Amino acid sequence: MPDSPLFTAAAIAVIVLAVAVVVGVGLKVIRSFRDLGTDAERATYNTLHAASRAGQHLRGGLHAAGAAKASRQLRMLLGCDALAITDTDSVLAWDGVAEELRPSLMRLASDVLATGRTAVVPHAGPPAPAKSEHGHHEFSAVIAPIRAGSKVVGSVAALAPAAGAGLVRATSEVADWIAAQLELAELEASRTLLMEAEVRALRAQISPHFIYNSLNAIASFINTDPARARELVVEFADFTRYSFRRHGDFTTVAEELRCIDRYLLLERARFGERVQVSLRIAPEVLSTVIPFLSLQPLVENAVRHGLEAKEGPGHITICANDSGAFAEVTIEDDGVGMDPEHLRSVLAGHTDGEHVGLRNVDARLRQVYGDEHGLVIETAPGEGTLITMRVPKSQPGHDA
Amino acid sequence: MNPAVGLVAFLAVSITTAVIGFYGLRISRTTGDFYVASRTVPPWWNASAIGGEYLSAASFLGVAGLILLSGTDALWFPVGYTAGYLMLLLFVAAPLRRSGAYTIPDFTEARLDSRMVRRVTSLVVVAVGWLYIVPQLHGAALTIRITTGLPSWVGSTAVVLVVCVTVVAGGMRSITFVQAFQYWLKLTALAVPVIFVLLVLAGNDTPHQAQLPVNPTGQPATSAYQNISLMVALLFGTLGLPHVLVRFYTNPDGQSARRTTLIVLGLLSVFYLFPTLSGAVGRIFAPELAQSGQADALVLLLPGKLVGGTAGELLSALVVAGAFAAFLSTTSGLVVSLSGVISQDLFGGSVRGFRLAALLAAVVPLGFAFTTDTLALAGSVGLVFAFTASTICPVLLLGIWWRGLTDAGAIAGMVTGALLCGGAMVIGTVMGQGNAPAWLAQPAAWTVPAAFAVTVAVSVWTKNRVPASVNRVMSRLHVPERPVATER
Repeated sequence: MPDSPLFTAAAIAVIVLAVAVVVGVGLKVIRSFRDLGTDAERATYNTLHAASRAGQHLRGGLHAAGAAKASRQLRMLLGCDALAITDTDSVLAWDGVAEELRPSLMRLASDVLATGRTAVVPHAGPPAPAKSEHGHHEFSAVIAPIRAGSKVVGSVAALAPAAGAGLVRATSEVADWIAAQLELAELEASRTLLMEAEVRALRAQISPHFIYNSLNAIASFINTDPARARELVVEFADFTRYSFRRHGDFTTVAEELRCIDRYLLLERARFGERVQVSLRIAPEVLSTVIPFLSLQPLVENAVRHGLEAKEGPGHITICANDSGAFAEVTIEDDGVGMDPEHLRSVLAGHTDGEHVGLRNVDARLRQVYGDEHGLVIETAPGEGTLITMRVPKSQPGHDA
Repeated sequence: MNPAVGLVAFLAVSITTAVIGFYGLRISRTTGDFYVASRTVPPWWNASAIGGEYLSAASFLGVAGLILLSGTDALWFPVGYTAGYLMLLLFVAAPLRRSGAYTIPDFTEARLDSRMVRRVTSLVVVAVGWLYIVPQLHGAALTIRITTGLPSWVGSTAVVLVVCVTVVAGGMRSITFVQAFQYWLKLTALAVPVIFVLLVLAGNDTPHQAQLPVNPTGQPATSAYQNISLMVALLFGTLGLPHVLVRFYTNPDGQSARRTTLIVLGLLSVFYLFPTLSGAVGRIFAPELAQSGQADALVLLLPGKLVGGTAGELLSALVVAGAFAAFLSTTSGLVVSLSGVISQDLFGGSVRGFRLAALLAAVVPLGFAFTTDTLALAGSVGLVFAFTASTICPVLLLGIWWRGLTDAGAIAGMVTGALLCGGAMVIGTVMGQGNAPAWLAQPAAWTVPAAFAVTVAVSVWTKNRVPASVNRVMSRLHVPERPVATER
């Protein structure tokens, strides 16, 4: 094989890679030579840039990994020789020289952590004879507390040969700034918690109408067809077991379909052959993770609002398709349809009552996957309804 | 060969593929069949689909051609292609199925909690996919040229067109069924002609092969290093093939993912009997093909040559159909998984983006295929495996089995593997085939360990970057699933 395509392809790939690297480095170099304003402007920029980069790392709270990355930026900001960040019982990060002092830092910081007042330690650490021989001078340390509310949650220590008033002031400012970042982190955490709580509150419940209607339908069979009645009761029990389950906010398409099957079996006891259903399910999406009880309410909506009001038999088609990185589920009925304007106000939460199930599913989908993954509903009076749901197949964070 | 035969076979396969793709799902089921629908695809069916997607031009045409050229040494290819699945079974199938990630970039992002790793992985996956599509298109070009006499570009363009149209029009909705059908088509298309040829030969019993030279084609034997390197490439390369991984999601759980892989091993073993037989028969009865540089066309020409007549024509048509099934299935599988990756990282995952990405995923390799020409399909696919083994495999294996992997380590490993293996390929080209030393022609034996070593070393060095989520992700990968709530 004199010139295989792979060789050519690989050659092109390597060349492209090389060009990209050269262009990238070139741009960086050119940018650093460009006129970036006066010294003062540049100093402001550098300070704010370092602060915002450090801020990103602290946004996850006071952890070793984030603190390590932030301490590098903060040390440059303060211009000291070493910078350490501690929480209340250990040193989280140390950036810069003299890391041999790390074990003794907590001892030095204990006062600061207890009193919540900035301290200057003129001779930080034991005089290390071996080191001083090599020309290491002794460091002074400025240790400032990080206060979250009224509590001290950690400290920042800046080490420099001489701790002047400037460094002390700057270090306490940095400590306060870190505290502000931590408060933001807390805000973020509580926002996540709030979102989770909202999702939990939205967690769908089976409608009381359905329970009432099903039990009535079953009751009507007890004398005429006891075997059927018994079967339906068992189905009803299985359906409620699934709907009332406590664990997990997510399930798979397959389990949700099983739930829909039971639901339709019970509805069929009431409607007889008036409800016809066909399915086109791509096996690829059966294991896709979706929010718990997110399809059944859509089918229930189709039965309740689409077919119940219609004369003669109605047809529901449920499709699940593989569409690239997404799974697409559609539920279509040939029932009476809805007025789109009315539906819009229902989904926006302005009208109560009807279609609560739809609104609930829509809200949960938006909450979990973002606004672009809400329900897409195509309908018009007398034209039936087509509901489309599109969820990403890959959801490593969600357990079914 | 009658040109119409090739064309008819090609059209028939394309249309069947499209029809199954579009209508495979359109069987309306009543509620009574709900349980059937919600039970996932049985492992048998799924295994056939994996086999269909996996058996590419290299397996269908290349293996027989290589056996014709270099005899028993070529047997390492089918051995490696099949044994790669053993690795997949042992180390990857079940944990990956549990991870919930649909593509390798999804997996690395979830495991290492880093967007950067995702981007690098996506780049590598797209590169691998493109490199892998090119030999398929070459196979198509060769098949069209040999069977119909049309210029080469017609074949590759036709395959790209068919794949683009079906994927863009949403015709791969029931891709599992399409691929499963393709496996059985390929098996039939290889097995029936070979059996016929053997029957004819047994009936004739004219040639006395004892006098034939042991090495009729005069190719030099490969060294032990080359064979070892090839095995490393094939064993580890299978682990990272983007289009194979997705198939495991059609399994309901990790255990059935394992069972599927086991069946795949069996299906592949059966399949490879036939190219091997073809190659052996060709070595005895058609050694002149090796000289004329048409070794890869052996499978296509053998029935016409040894059976002849209408029977020969029909058998040829069957083989051509099988060959196109191979090109179409592998290419469409790759295009679908590549467009998933491209659309997600480039176009934000919209439906339109997916279509654009599908075009991009298919047209770029077509450009490569036009500008290059190859004769040894099995060899070039072997190099794609070497590239995959040096880039994706270390990250995947270490990501599943080693808690210490960091994002920096993963990126360093992938870049090292890509540069070393890509570099070896390029230098090998510049030096020209045959002049390049074995360690450049088959780089996997040193690039794969190098990539592993760099990944581990950088990860150890950047120990503090181990993601905080490692415990959660690892337990998800390795703890068996909750048993599905039992029916009544």
